[in-house]
Amino acid sequence: MRRTRARTPAELVGSEPGPEFQLSFDGRPVPVLPGQTIAAALWSAGILSWRTTRVHGRPRGAFCGIGACYDCLATVNGRPNQRACLLPARPGDTITTQEGDGHAALDG
Amino acid sequence: MPHSTDEPGARETGRAEVGQVDQVAEVAEVPEFAEVAVVGAGPAGLAAAVTAADHGLDVVLLDAADAPGGQYYRSPADGLGATRPGRLHHHWHTFTELSARLAAHRDSGAIRHLAGHQVWTVERTGDGDWILHAVTGGDQETRTAVRARRMVLATGAHERQLPFPGWTLPGVVSAAGAQAMLKSGLVLPGRRIVVAGSGPLLQAVAVSLTRAGARVPALVEAAGYGAYARAPRVLAGNPGKAVEGARFGAALARARVRVLTHRAVTEVHGDERVEAVTVSRVDHRWRPVAGTGRRIACDALAVGHGLVPQLELALAAGCVTRPGLDGTHAVVLDARLGTTVPGVWAAGESGGVGGVELALCEGELAALSIIREVRGGVRGQEARRAIALGRSRNRLRAFAALMGTVHRPGAGWSEWLTGDTEVCRCEEVTAGRIRTACEELGAGDTRTVKLLTRAGMGWCQGRTCGFAVRELATAHGTGQEPGGPDRRPLACPVKLSTLADLDGPG
Ligand SMILES: Cc1cc2nc3c(=O)[nH]c(=O)nc-3n(C[C@H](O)[C@H](O)[C@H](O)COP(=O)(O)OP(=O)(O)OC[C@H]3O[C@@H](n4cnc5c(N)ncnc54)[C@H](O)[C@@H]3O)c2cc1C
Ligand code: FES
Repeated sequence: MRRTRARTPAELVGSEPGPEFQLSFDGRPVPVLPGQTIAAALWSAGILSWRTTRVHGRPRGAFCGIGACYDCLATVNGRPNQRACLLPARPGDTITTQEGDGHAALDG
Repeated sequence: MPHSTDEPGARETGRAEVGQVDQVAEVAEVPEFAEVAVVGAGPAGLAAAVTAADHGLDVVLLDAADAPGGQYYRSPADGLGATRPGRLHHHWHTFTELSARLAAHRDSGAIRHLAGHQVWTVERTGDGDWILHAVTGGDQETRTAVRARRMVLATGAHERQLPFPGWTLPGVVSAAGAQAMLKSGLVLPGRRIVVAGSGPLLQAVAVSLTRAGARVPALVEAAGYGAYARAPRVLAGNPGKAVEGARFGAALARARVRVLTHRAVTEVHGDERVEAVTVSRVDHRWRPVAGTGRRIACDALAVGHGLVPQLELALAAGCVTRPGLDGTHAVVLDARLGTTVPGVWAAGESGGVGGVELALCEGELAALSIIREVRGGVRGQEARRAIALGRSRNRLRAFAALMGTVHRPGAGWSEWLTGDTEVCRCEEVTAGRIRTACEELGAGDTRTVKLLTRAGMGWCQGRTCGFAVRELATAHGTGQEPGGPDRRPLACPVKLSTLADLDGPG
């Protein structure tokens, strides 16, 4: 435990990741390191919410981080209700903020 | 299937009592058979699986995650190329050794490791075998089943949450979840993170966050560590725990983390995301003391109040559970880790929250007990090992009980709620509505509160708010909760079509 503090998690574990790629979040490019989940990629970009709630339209993002709470639901490549904390990001994934149950956008 | 259950109808069925079907399901293909099925590849399940395989049993190991290790030994995804993954863990060598044994048994065929398999229910066949129903695949739409003579449930825990004003704001994350996202994805929810709640896990989380580059201005603990000193015998029996505590204390001091005990976050500030929190003193019953609030600037809050065992499969199998000193329910186990149902053993957090060392010990002990049953006895060496493990277990269970007592939420916690604090995050049910259901409509138990308010009836099926709703309801009721833990027999939301297949020909 007596090591000097790292500046980033990647530095702490001596990360030598594969080539970075991009996903798109509400039309804006977000860099991803291979192996990261969609939630991890969004957190790295400082994005903490990607859903609004059904009743009050409040912003939500990842909470439990392990697939138990379903707060991190996102619309991924047009498919609503995907748990972003479990789903590995793939090059070219398109994430859109999910409103409510995510079905209004599909009807339109 | 979790991802694509879009139709409300399918969500409703997520609560059907399919664990109680008395007809054995017909699955499309004849299920694979194993002498022992282990559910969960965390420390407990891994130890159970490799020990059973070491002794020549034929094992299938099912785990929802893609990589073995469970919550504790969670490591960065391969693509992240971590050259020093052990920096996020203590006792990393224990895991590398277990992983090597797992790999060897996989190569020899002694263990079939079904990674990425979420078991959603289990049922007993007429001849006493178990069928474990799982979903797998990227979108968890592929059904599969395994048939086994015996079963070890090592399904771990998830974090216990108590609601407080502002806890739904983006930037408020589960403390264990922040740890999990850090370990697997090498990410942080912010740069200046307050860690709050109760329990020893918070210390581990605060230390990890600072080592990974975050600033942790404060660790806010609602209980006090002094309470441990009231059980000197238990402490004397667990010198390792005292050393661990001292090491965390030193690491926190080095990272300039202020440890604020007998305090709780009573408000979160910010519009669209966390900008600051208010920390107030709480009395011994966790009632906030008026006028003691102090604001701490931060961009994230990692919060948790201990852990809750995941009991869905144990309940589906019919195992009896009991309430523990920490206020959560756990599987009732005998000294050999047998549950009340023949053919079913449990290890690790399933039998009560106790940490990684206990999980490793119990996993091994459960496997030795199964070997004893299969062979009708064990050799001297294994018998001695089982006795030693049993002793360690008793000692560690005593410490777990102490930990559970010290950090059990005090009855006054609900006084920090405001009427518009959301208790159920999924269905957006406020404390005010639950109070109305109790005070005006006479609800006095979780079930009635659920029916009246929908609290605990959303996507997470009450995993997040279950404890809080139970506490709020029983405060108004008789204090007795009929039927023990919330019955939630499916371990994940399952598609209607998957359920339909359970009853009809596959
Ligand atoms: C998010 C989180 C982070 C934690 N981080 C730490 C930490 O950093 N330090 C620490 O000391 N303790 C930590 N803990 C505490 C942890 O519970 C124990 O230390 C330890 O991991 C317990 O071991 P276990 O084998 O009992 O359970 P776990 O490690 O939880 O393993 C259970 C396994 O079972 C699998 N599983 C559960 N249900 C099913 C199912 N229905 N079908 C298929 N698979 C299933 C899970 O995917 C998991 O892999 C954490 C707990 C949580 C919830
Ligand atoms: S953050 Fe809880 S399910 Fe994804």
